[in-house]
Order: sequence, then C-alpha cells, then structure tokens
Amino acid sequence: MFDFLNNLSQWAIPIIILVIVGYAYFKDVEVYEVFTEGAVEGFTTVVEIIPYLIAMLMAISIFRASGALEICLQILEPILSFFGIPRQIVPLGLIRPLSGTGSLGLVTELIQEYGPDSLIGRLASTIQGSTETTFYVVAVYFGAVGVKKSRYSIIAGLIADVVGFIAAIYIVKLIF
Amino acid sequence: MINHIWFGLISIGIVTAMLTGNMGPVSQAVLESVEEGAMILIRLIGPMSLWLGVMRLAEESNFVELLAKLIQPVTKRLFPEVPADHPALGAMMLSFSANLLGLGNSATPLGIKAMQELQKLNPKPEEASNSMCTFLVINTSSITLLPATVISLRVAAESSAPMEIIGTTIFATTCSTIAGLVADRVLRKIWV
Repeated sequence: MFDFLNNLSQWAIPIIILVIVGYAYFKDVEVYEVFTEGAVEGFTTVVEIIPYLIAMLMAISIFRASGALEICLQILEPILSFFGIPRQIVPLGLIRPLSGTGSLGLVTELIQEYGPDSLIGRLASTIQGSTETTFYVVAVYFGAVGVKKSRYSIIAGLIADVVGFIAAIYIVKLIF
Repeated sequence: MINHIWFGLISIGIVTAMLTGNMGPVSQAVLESVEEGAMILIRLIGPMSLWLGVMRLAEESNFVELLAKLIQPVTKRLFPEVPADHPALGAMMLSFSANLLGLGNSATPLGIKAMQELQKLNPKPEEASNSMCTFLVINTSSITLLPATVISLRVAAESSAPMEIIGTTIFATTCSTIAGLVADRVLRKIWV
C-alpha cells in the first residue's frame, strides 16, 4: 500500500507536467512561450502574499513568545486530561493551526522523547498528518487574491482542526 | 473576524509579556518570525512560477476544462456557484491531487491558482465568496493519502512501522474535512 502510494507520489509531478505540456503541444499551443507567460506571474503572486503572511506570522509569534500560549495550555490541560486526552499532546493541538514549523518541531520532539511507536508518538504523527496550519492557509490563499474579508472561514477551519484532533486521538487509541 | 483575532493575539501577547517579563523574547520573536516569513516566500517563488507556467499551458489547451468536466459530479454539489466547465474546477482538482499525494510545495501554488480562478467569479473582490470559503476549508482540513513529512520523520526516528499511521491519518483527516464542510454550510447561513 505504502509502496504504491509512494510510487504514485514520485510519479505524479513528472507525469502531470508531461500530460499537460504534451496535451498543449498536440493542440498546437506554443508551449515554451505560453509556459513562460504563465511563469512570469509566479514572482508577482508571491509578492502579493508578503503583507498578509508577515501580519499573520508576527501576531502569532508575539502570542507564543509572550507566554500567553503557555498560560492557555495550563488552563486547558486539566480539562482535556479529564476527557482522556494525554497532556503531552495538548500543546501540539494548540500550536498546529498557528504555526507549521512550530508544530513540526514539536512532533519531532515528541517522537524523539517517547519513541515513534509509543502512544504519544503515534498520536503526534497522526495529528500532524491529518491537520493543517489553518492561519497560514488563510493568510496565503486569500492574500494571493487580495481578499481582505475572510468571513467565517477561519472559524470553519478551526472547527475542522478540533474535530481532526479529537478524531486522531479516538482512532489511535482504538486501533493501537 | 480577522481583525479581532489579529488584535487579540497581539494585545493579549504583549500584555502577558509585560506581566511575565517576556518582553525580550517577544521583541526577538517578532523579527525572527518576519524573517522566517520572507524565507518561506522566497522558497515559494520557484514552485509558484513552475505551476503557474504549467497551468497556463493547461488553460490555453483547454485541458483544465477537461478536468473540470471529470470532477463535475462532485463539484456540482460542493461549489454550486461555479459554472460546470469553469477552469477554477480543473485548478481545484489539481490542487486536491497534490494535497492527496503529500506534494506540499506544489499544493500551495495550485491552490492559489484555483483561488485566482474563483476570484474571477467573485462579485465582491474584497470579500471571500462562498466557493472560496468552501475551497479554503477543504484545504485547511488537510486532505491527504500520504503524510510524507511525518513518515520521513518516523523513519528517521527508527520506527518499526513508519507507515502504520497512514490509516489513522486518513480516518482523522476525513472526519475533519466532513466537519469543515458541515461548519462551512451552517456558518454561511448564520454569518452576517
């Protein structure tokens, strides 16, 4: 199963490129010129994102470095432990939607400390794989097109994160 | 919404830092985080140029319309406001495929491309349309078949079964995507 998926993953990019370039070539599109016409927008698109990503990252970094996140954790831990959620995993649940590098660092630490095949290691792996950095995605995706009002999307994204977190704990405890 | 969250993070953070004596770390973290942000963006320029180039070819040759028709049965329900053969659907399909296969660096540019297509249909360009919110929620709930980064971490930590978390990950991410879609539909009705 994994070998198949891994092969698929390795083949995907070259095959997608070949199919799209090939299809265009046989449709008499000037492939080289048209590719570069599109690619020229790569830089400007990234430039559009700068203010949104910077705004998001600086606010999150203040919140984390100030110790406010730590205080939230101390309040949440006893409540979540009561519901059978291991306390070592609580920080990951809180950081995951805020910071991609932060949560990856935490997962690495947890795996090293408890071992990849421990309950905590499996939980950390599953949570990291099944959730996304919601704040980053909102900043980058909406920022790239200049959308300033994100409406309810952050809340919906956070609800998805919470459900993913709980579902990960439920299934890991059930299976292993 | 985002105004409240942003102000909340900053003001609660700085007040907490004053009380806990963490002003030093905060002032350092702010600058480090924006430098890190710039690095993320610089690394994004390459994949972004590559995929916007490939996507332009897919548009010129009408390949995206072909893809759009392919996933029409699903997208008709998820994105009722997008016309059946609109390029946005093809771009979304490629973006989802990249996510499913754990191709993170390509998923972001393809997702942004899909957003740009959705923006063309948006009557209020400053405000996210319903379709954009739905697409964003699917992305933030992380759809994946192959959590590649996590697996390589587990391999590095000498796990006896690095792949055993694929099943649990797919289960958890399916739950979160369904929850996100339900939240999207419910919140859309009550949001002013």
